[in-house]
Amino acid sequence: MKVVVTVMPKPSVLDPQGAATAEAMRHSGLEGVARVRVGKSIEIEFEKAPDQAKIEQIARDLLSNPVIEDFTISG
Amino acid sequence: MKFAVIRFPGSNCDQDCVAAINGLPGAKADFVWHKESSLSGFDAVVLPGGFSYGDYLRCGAIARFSPIMKSVRDFAGAGAPVIGICNGFQILCEAGLLPGALVRNRGLHFLCEHVYVRVDRVGTRFTRGALTGGVLRIPIAHGEGCYFADAETLRQLKAENRILLRYCDESGRTTTNPNGSIDNIAGICNEAGNVFGLMPHPERACDPALGSTDGRVIFESMIGI
Repeated sequence: MKVVVTVMPKPSVLDPQGAATAEAMRHSGLEGVARVRVGKSIEIEFEKAPDQAKIEQIARDLLSNPVIEDFTISG
Repeated sequence: MKFAVIRFPGSNCDQDCVAAINGLPGAKADFVWHKESSLSGFDAVVLPGGFSYGDYLRCGAIARFSPIMKSVRDFAGAGAPVIGICNGFQILCEAGLLPGALVRNRGLHFLCEHVYVRVDRVGTRFTRGALTGGVLRIPIAHGEGCYFADAETLRQLKAENRILLRYCDESGRTTTNPNGSIDNIAGICNEAGNVFGLMPHPERACDPALGSTDGRVIFESMIGI
């Protein structure tokens, strides 16, 4: 079983990486780019059904920093 | 005064810190491996700069779970001085010992240069040897040094006078800021004033051969000279 945790910078946090990537997209001819934000996704493979509450805790305490990032869990 | 300089895998300013501190009268510094669990016999803790755990996940995110960090937390809780420099500052924020976070520099570049910082609060155990408004010339070396905190946290930091250092120009005006930090923040302390995090490297400004000795005042303040 696979769980994917997606971590994104909060909208209020400056994301210079996203801004630079947006600029490169425009240079490459992609039209209409308004904003880009760069986050990360973490895939976790389990041997057995995982403890959902524990995944939440790991996502909050280790995989993301609540000061600057939001996370979602899927899978 | 005996300093513990914590070594994480990927720390790279640990030797500089030990050398700088051992060069000061009344101070002795030793390395403490991150897998140790005791800080007994030490009077102060330094979390040095570097790239603990390769900066994987986020800077400082994994180091905060190192065994020694439980002792660092207890040490800080007991009111003893803890200073986190650069990656050490990032670790203190990740560990929740200081508020806010350090994110990618506004300009995306890794910055390695001398900067000026202004001491905005003296009388703490990290700045008591400095003058209010005094300008220090100290190097920075970071890719993720842009201090961020939400509006409420920033308001609290200001209200409690916990912003000890701000980036400034040579004459002390806060008009320049290398990395995009909110309110030009270069260093903050906790509520009790015994945990201090800063992005500049005072240990690299303790020897005239390195171009500045302005960093000494931070360690001298801790030692009480």
